[in-house]
Amino acid sequence: MLAVQASGSFIGLDFTLRTVALGAAVLGVVSGTLGSWAVLRGRSLLGDAISHAALPGIAIAFLLTGQRTPLTLAIGAGASGWLGAMLILGITDRSRVPHDAALGLVLSVFFGVGMVLLTFIQRLPSGTQAGLDTFLFGQAAALLPREVIMMLILGAAAILATVVFWKEFKLLSFDPEFGRSIGLPMRRLDFFLTSLLVVAIVIGLQAVGVVLMSAILVAPAAAARQWSNRLEVIAPLAAVFGAGAGVTGALLSASLPHTPTGPTIVLCAGGIMLVSLFFAPGRGLVANAIRMRRVRRGLRDLGLLEDLFTLARKHADPLHPHRTAVLRAMTSTPETVSPGLRHLEQRGWARRTGPDSWGLTPGGWEAALTRFGPNGDQQPGRNPA
Amino acid sequence: MEPLGGEHRSGSEGEQEPSSPSRSDLSVEPRAERVERSPDNSLPSGAAGNTRPAIEIRDLTISYRDQPVLWDVDLEVPPGVLMAVVGPNGAGKTTLIKSILGLIRPAAGEVLINGGPYQEHRKEIAYVPQRGSVDWDFPTSVLDVVMMGLYAQIGWFRRPSARHRAAALDALAHTGMADFAGRQISQLSGGQQQRVFLSRALVQGASIYIMDEPFQGVDATTERTIVDLLQTLRANGNTVVVVHHDLQTVPEYFDWALLLNVRRIAAGPVTAVFTEENLRATYGGRVPWSHNRTDQSFVSDRSDPSGQTPG
Repeated sequence: MLAVQASGSFIGLDFTLRTVALGAAVLGVVSGTLGSWAVLRGRSLLGDAISHAALPGIAIAFLLTGQRTPLTLAIGAGASGWLGAMLILGITDRSRVPHDAALGLVLSVFFGVGMVLLTFIQRLPSGTQAGLDTFLFGQAAALLPREVIMMLILGAAAILATVVFWKEFKLLSFDPEFGRSIGLPMRRLDFFLTSLLVVAIVIGLQAVGVVLMSAILVAPAAAARQWSNRLEVIAPLAAVFGAGAGVTGALLSASLPHTPTGPTIVLCAGGIMLVSLFFAPGRGLVANAIRMRRVRRGLRDLGLLEDLFTLARKHADPLHPHRTAVLRAMTSTPETVSPGLRHLEQRGWARRTGPDSWGLTPGGWEAALTRFGPNGDQQPGRNPA
Repeated sequence: MEPLGGEHRSGSEGEQEPSSPSRSDLSVEPRAERVERSPDNSLPSGAAGNTRPAIEIRDLTISYRDQPVLWDVDLEVPPGVLMAVVGPNGAGKTTLIKSILGLIRPAAGEVLINGGPYQEHRKEIAYVPQRGSVDWDFPTSVLDVVMMGLYAQIGWFRRPSARHRAAALDALAHTGMADFAGRQISQLSGGQQQRVFLSRALVQGASIYIMDEPFQGVDATTERTIVDLLQTLRANGNTVVVVHHDLQTVPEYFDWALLLNVRRIAAGPVTAVFTEENLRATYGGRVPWSHNRTDQSFVSDRSDPSGQTPG
């Protein structure tokens, strides 16, 4: 940590920082990709359960081998995380215990066992230097090159598998029963995809920690979903978001003293999610609100045009002005009449003839005629023209 | 699209089933009220001339936990019929078609497709699930969904090619959805969703079509399109089995019917089995092991769809 601070800048990127950044990028890419499937299948929380369930495996692997080499701990984490996942799927499949109950049960029981073992290890003479407690909240600054290399290999294998089985995973996520009917082994594919999710989690545990690992699976994917309606865009975008959050978070935590890496990465991912939730075009809340407002206003203006048209049709001169009070009386939202008339004026459909009177323009008459028909009984938007 | 059906049945002559009485009924069945569709070469064609049942069910019993959902059902569906499966909620309609598709393992009995087990004749059968069984907000396009019908043919490790894309577009054209190929599925109306599912089944080029409530929640225009398509499929010699809720349209749309309420009540040509008495037996009366059900009132005017949920 001190060495990192001494280097002083992100751009310089000394060797340690480069290692940390690379590790965080790998974990972000893999989590983003596999998280996309989890989110789209409604299995977001399964990732949370798996990462918590990995903790006892890490502890047992250390107790059995007495060392904390990355491969040993990864195998331990993977094995118990995988066991937890299979337990959840098995319980849901074979019993009447609901999915969320099975999830909560496995998550808390495995995590509890993990915590007990961790406390036990810390009392051992060798326990303090084991530093397994960094697996709770992650410590990217402690990433060693050999760990990053392992993450890189595992991650590349997981991504490759996702690409190779892309269309099968897509069918599994969209309509597994149809997949079974055409003879694809959906159960095995489900099993395989879940195992890949376990791999993604194992990759991230060292840097992010078991407690918050699910956030880095879910947030980039949920954020990417906001920006696109195509799976082929969502998964790569989630990978980019994940890498961005991973690198930013890891570097921030490495440069600020006493900042745990996991929470920092998760905060970055959360930031991306928040921005996407509000500002994505199409699905974003802001775009949605603007669209709704425009539609509502458009419909109100159309209603006002119809009211003017109704008055005009009863008059010898269709362009004869009428008092706004009359128009206010014709609608249930009189306060919208004045702004509505100004909108119609902007479109060239109405004109102000006095301080308190308005009439249709020839263009407005034509517009109303094509929309409502000569008898005013046509459905707007379905004009025959 | 590879025409499926007749080719797959070579060597079946030696082991023909004796033709059932219901089979001979088919040939004399009057079809006055129905428009006969002419075959359409661009749609898959089956093998109506074959005497072996397209679907044969023997002693099928299925139970979820302690209650049987299907009890000792026997059924022969001759090739080239358009069959309605009717019955009240909880009658086992969806269970029956899922067991035909090998999606549910029966407690007893067996299902034969074109004379053999499902695993060997999977390519001859196409499935149209209930529209509501999937998430239509899933980020994919209409064309992608239709191509899913080809995934088994495309094979592992391969991507769909231009040929597969053309086949999918062709199937979409048959349901009037060609213009929607690039559309996101979340933007479809209910009727359009149903037509996409139908296209996905068509692209499989099967000779047997199994559909779970294709008319549920679609407007009259879409219903007409689907009925025309089903009747053309039948005219091409394919077998079509449809879970159906609107009793009133059964005689108009279908030529064959299965009345089901846990047990098989009746099956055969619509003109023979779609009688007041059989319907009363299907929808009215009480079945001993279903005393806790309350949804079995007799539908007197024949127009009540008897509920919206799957059977």
